[in-house]
Amino acid sequence: MKKILYTTDLAIGYHTKKDKTVIAQNIHLELSEGKLITLIGANGVGKSTLLRTITGIQKPLAGEVILKDKNISAYDLVKLAQNLSVVLTEKLPPSNLTIYELVALGRQPYTNWVGKLAPEDLEKVMTAIELTNIQEIAHKKHYEISDGQLQKVLVSRALAQDTPLIILDEPTTHLDLHHKVSLFKLLKKLSQEMGKCILFSTHDIDLAIQLSDEMIVMTKDNITQDEPCKLIEKGVFNSLFEDEAIVFDREKGKFLFK
Amino acid sequence: MFLSLSIGLLALLLVNISFGSVTIPFKDVIKSLTGGQADKSTWEYIIINYRVPKAITAILVGMGLSISGLLMQTLFRNPLAGPYVLGLSSGSSLGVAFVILGTTLVPSFLSPILLSSYGIVLASVLGSFSVLLLVLIVSQKLRDTMAILIVGLMFGSFTSAIVGVLTYFSSAEQLQKFTFWSLGNLGNQSWTSIVVLSISVGFGLIMSLFSIKSLDALLLGENYARSLGLNFRKTRFIIIFATSILSGSITAFAGPIAFIGLAVPHIAKLLFQTSNHFILYWSTLLIGAAIMLICDVISQMPGLEVTLPINAITSIIGAPIVIWLLVRKRKTANGL
Repeated sequence: MKKILYTTDLAIGYHTKKDKTVIAQNIHLELSEGKLITLIGANGVGKSTLLRTITGIQKPLAGEVILKDKNISAYDLVKLAQNLSVVLTEKLPPSNLTIYELVALGRQPYTNWVGKLAPEDLEKVMTAIELTNIQEIAHKKHYEISDGQLQKVLVSRALAQDTPLIILDEPTTHLDLHHKVSLFKLLKKLSQEMGKCILFSTHDIDLAIQLSDEMIVMTKDNITQDEPCKLIEKGVFNSLFEDEAIVFDREKGKFLFK
Repeated sequence: MFLSLSIGLLALLLVNISFGSVTIPFKDVIKSLTGGQADKSTWEYIIINYRVPKAITAILVGMGLSISGLLMQTLFRNPLAGPYVLGLSSGSSLGVAFVILGTTLVPSFLSPILLSSYGIVLASVLGSFSVLLLVLIVSQKLRDTMAILIVGLMFGSFTSAIVGVLTYFSSAEQLQKFTFWSLGNLGNQSWTSIVVLSISVGFGLIMSLFSIKSLDALLLGENYARSLGLNFRKTRFIIIFATSILSGSITAFAGPIAFIGLAVPHIAKLLFQTSNHFILYWSTLLIGAAIMLICDVISQMPGLEVTLPINAITSIIGAPIVIWLLVRKRKTANGL
C-alpha cells in the first residue's frame, strides 16, 4: 500500500511571543492510498491544529510532514493544491454560484489565467458530480440546497480537484443520522473505488468504528493510529473522555453511559 | 446579451454627443465626428473639444468605478462595498479642501497657481494617493480582511472631520468652489488630462482582468481559495492596488462620483444571474459606461439652461436601485 502522507516526530502547537505552546508531540502518522481514516478526540484536544498542520496551513513546532516524498512546506501553492484538497467547516459567503460552478472551481489548480475549463476539466467535473450523485441539483444555486446536500457538493468539489489525498474537517456535524451514514458510505466508496486516501475528523465515533479502515485517536497524552478493532483491543477508547460516566463497551463496540 | 449591450453603448455614445446646451443638428454631429465640415465651425469646435472629451471621460469614469466596485464587493464579501470603502475619495477631498479652503494659509502669490484646474487635480491626486499608500501599508500588516474595511472607514471619517474644520473657517466663495468640486464634473477636461486618465484607468482595468480567476476562487471564502493554490496576500494586494489606481485617478480628474461603483456591479449580477467574474467583468464594464453616459445626458437635458451636477444625477438613479436591492434580498432566502 502506497504511503501518501506521513509525519516524523511531529510536534504541533502555537508560537506565541517568545514562547511556544505544545499541543502534542512525537506524532507518527501514516496515511496510505485507498484508506478511509477518521480522526477522533474530545473537543479542544487539538484535532483542528493537527489538521491545519498536516495540510500545511500551520507550521509544525518540530518534525516534518511529508506528502508524496516531499516536505509539505517545500511545495508551491498550486502544486500543493494538486495533491491535497480540503472540505472545511466554514460557511460559504453569499454568491450566485450554482452547484456545477462550485464543483468546477475545484479545477482551478489546473486551469489557465482566466480559469477557462478545458475538455479534460469538464470531464473531471462530470465524473465528480456523477460519483457523488448530485446530478439532479447541479443547476441549483448553492444556497438553495440542504446541509446534507451541500456536504456532498463540497466533497464533489474536492474530487474535481483530483488529488490523491482529501482531508475533511468534521463533515458529518449538523447532519441527521441518514445523511451521516450516507456521507460516510460515500467517502468509503471513494476511498475503495478511486484509491483516494481520505482523512476526516468526526465526533460520530460509533459510525467511525464501523466504517473506517483506520482511526487516529487523539487524547491529551498521546495520538494512536490503528485499525478500529485493534484500538478496541488496546482499550484506547476508554481514555478518550476524562469522564467517569462514559464507559466504552468492548463487546458491543459502543459507548455506554452510567 | 453582450452584443445588445455593446450596440446600446454605441447608440448612447452618439446620443450623448448629440445633446448639450447648444443644439447641434444630428447630421452635423456625424460630420464633425467623421472629420467632415459641419455647417458652423463653432459646432465642430464644441463637438471635438468639449463633447467628445466629456463622453470619453464619462465612459472611463463609468468603467473604472464600476469595476473597482465589483472588486471590492467580492474581496470584502460585502454587497455594500464600493470603490470608496478604502477612503480614497476622502483623501482626494482633503487634498482639494486644503487647496481651495486653505488659501488663506499660503502666501498670496501662490494662490492663483494652486487654484488653477491643474493645481486642484494635483491636490486631488496627492490626496488620494497618500491615502492609497496608507491603505496598502496597513493592508500588508493586517491579517483580517474585514479590518481593512474598518480602517478605510476610519480614514474617511478622519479626513472629513478635517475638511469640516477647514470649511468652518472659509469664506462663502471658497465654500461654493469646494462644493462644486465635490459634486463631480465630467466636462472641461483637456485632451492631455484624458490621455493621463485613460492610461491609469486602462492600467487598473488590465490589473483587474488578471484577477478574474482569483476573484472566482474568493467566492468560496479565503480558506478555500488558499486550498485551491491561491496566494491570498498577493491577490489581495493586487485587488486593492487596482481599485486604488482606478478610483484614485478618477476622483482626481472628475471629483468624487457617487453610487456608480456600488450600483453597477449589482445591476450586472441581476441581469446575468451569475457570480462568474469573467462574465461579470465585461458586463460591469459595459453597463458602467452606459449608465454614466445616460447620467451625463440627463445632467444636461436640452431645454435646461444649466447643467445639473453629475453627482446628484448618479445618486438620484443609484439610491433607489440600492434600496430596491436590499428589499429584494430580504425576500430571496439567501443562505438562510
